[in-house]
Amino acid sequence: MNFLKAARYFLMTNFIGKPYLRYERKRGERKIAHLTGENSPLNPPLKITAYTKEFVSSHYFKGRYVEGVKPVAWVTSGAPIEILKALGFFLIYPENHAALCGARKVQMDLIETAEKSGLSNNVCSYVRTDIGSLLSGKTPAGKLPKPDLLVACSNICQTVLHWYRMLQKYLNIPLVIIDTPFVYNEIEPHQVEYVKKQLKNSLLPVAERIAGKTLKEKDLKNVIKLSKDATELWLEILNLCAERPSPLTVFDQFVYMAPIVEMRGDKETVDYYNAMYKEVKSRVNMGKGAIKRERRRLLWDNLPIWFKMRELALKLAERGINIPISTYTYAWGELAPLMNLKKDEFEVMAKVYLSPILNRGAGQKLKAMRNMVDRFKLDGVILHSDRSCKPYSMGQMDERNKLIEEFKIPAMLLEADQNDENAYSEEQVAIRIESFFEMLGVSHG
Amino acid sequence: MVKAMGIDVGSTTVKIAVINENKDILFKHIENTKPKIKEQVNTLIENVKAKFNNENIPIVSTGYGRKLVEEAKQQMTEITCHAKGIYHTLNHGGTLVDIGGQDSKVIVIDKYGRVLDFTMNDKCSAGTGRFLEHTAARMEIPVEKIGEIALNAKKELKISSTCTVFAESEIISLLAYGEEVDAILKGLHRGLVTRIVGMINSVAFTPPLMLSGGVAKNNAIRKMLEEETGYEIVMPPHPQIIGAYGAAIFALEG
Repeated sequence: MNFLKAARYFLMTNFIGKPYLRYERKRGERKIAHLTGENSPLNPPLKITAYTKEFVSSHYFKGRYVEGVKPVAWVTSGAPIEILKALGFFLIYPENHAALCGARKVQMDLIETAEKSGLSNNVCSYVRTDIGSLLSGKTPAGKLPKPDLLVACSNICQTVLHWYRMLQKYLNIPLVIIDTPFVYNEIEPHQVEYVKKQLKNSLLPVAERIAGKTLKEKDLKNVIKLSKDATELWLEILNLCAERPSPLTVFDQFVYMAPIVEMRGDKETVDYYNAMYKEVKSRVNMGKGAIKRERRRLLWDNLPIWFKMRELALKLAERGINIPISTYTYAWGELAPLMNLKKDEFEVMAKVYLSPILNRGAGQKLKAMRNMVDRFKLDGVILHSDRSCKPYSMGQMDERNKLIEEFKIPAMLLEADQNDENAYSEEQVAIRIESFFEMLGVSHG
Repeated sequence: MVKAMGIDVGSTTVKIAVINENKDILFKHIENTKPKIKEQVNTLIENVKAKFNNENIPIVSTGYGRKLVEEAKQQMTEITCHAKGIYHTLNHGGTLVDIGGQDSKVIVIDKYGRVLDFTMNDKCSAGTGRFLEHTAARMEIPVEKIGEIALNAKKELKISSTCTVFAESEIISLLAYGEEVDAILKGLHRGLVTRIVGMINSVAFTPPLMLSGGVAKNNAIRKMLEEETGYEIVMPPHPQIIGAYGAAIFALEG
């Protein structure tokens, strides 16, 4: 560790970042009650929203000064990060960063940079956003720390393999790929063994070498426990959305899920979701919904359209429609029961990272959707056919038909993209949504 | 006598229907959509009102330009209006295929006239009326005649391009090889119908199959759609004004 860099990291994060972000949070908290206004169809968001911004921003702020202080890894959202956390790595999730760019609506400039460099517009818009950011150095986070290690896990898509190989070429640093075989029905013992071996024999030695230390079982256990605690709390928060009216909308969840993805394994993340649970629970007790007049409840499938979140939230709320849950936000909670602290840590991680919804057959997803419709008392389903996320969107046509024909639930495909505004047509989306509202009998407010 | 007006402002044509309290059509009008839609619609409405002694007629608008109809008391989407219109025209549900100028849609309607499911093709002009219009223009044949020519063709050529622009290049190549125009036209119709059948298969299809929109007037499309699906098509008497008629019924019902 470089002493000067460590001193700078300590000073900047504690004496500049912390007070500034705290001041911003207090300002935000004062505004929150008036954020939506009397005539808005939405109730004010949770108080913790202001802290969410502070919390996530503080992570990126630390990232500006962390180079040379801690080992840095860039990882995919489904990477087995517990090993890295236990070795003291600072983590950056390019997917989350791309989503941040989309939500802040600065992504199109970056996408253009990536396309000019030769990336096809058929490539995932997260990839284009992040490669654009890497090439131009532009990011709403200020600056991203250069990584010492790249870790990609194939449990969310195959694109990450190519994406991280590109990063490896640009950055000239080690890349570890964890291959998680596709699970058609149940996880097979040989699959667990295969992933476990990769964690132990591929990831661990490289990570230990870069971190300059040996993994301690106690540290790993502790990180897994913190991951499990946060994941369980997130699941409990989401389950509270089964109440009528739902205390959260999916658009709230898309924002509140950032820490469960990029800061799982930290104690502060557990504290964050604990505080959120209390606030959400008190809303439920008061009978206060996220929207003022909840008339219909829908399920959202797939990633959000990051650059259209607010517009969509308002459009739906105006008609009395809430989306209390999505397969995407639920995916970050539903694996909590698999995190068995009594078992071998590597086996637990292998099982958990084999299990994400995108690494399983479409039948599994359909089953999950069907359960959510019952549990959350839903009236219909919006399947966002996301041009960028092929593995999530593949199978949606059949899922939609099954929902309609077998389960008698109205369902609609909405063609858009998570980050690329060029794949989004305002009027066509409006017509689809309006027609769906009319079909659900909520056309006139 | 109670009257109501529906106006369907589409990408290619503006359609108007005026009905009485028995939902009978008293007046209908179709004309090409002009660039200044708002002015066009205002003039049209004034003219219709003048025909009915300037009575105060409630209006519901639909179609891509529905928001430009200032006098409309309500705006509804084409999906809902087409379902309403066809249900009241034919007195039964089923699956309606509407092939318009800019998009095509398939709507499944239950026995009470409610929309059960729908799908739209609005990302690509292949599968819409524009596909035929564009390629017919390339061969310098009026669009009204291409259906008959295709129906009478003895040979059918395969047009493999799914994109309107590339289909045009393909046609030029075929013409350069000396292929007959009617065989090319038949292939073009087949291409459009194949795409529509794909849409029908992607919704919760319920017979009978019904057809509306400007392209419904094309007999080759109708016949090929019957061949490809194996279902006989039920046609409304005025396929182009189904959306406007549905909007008029909404205006009547308040």
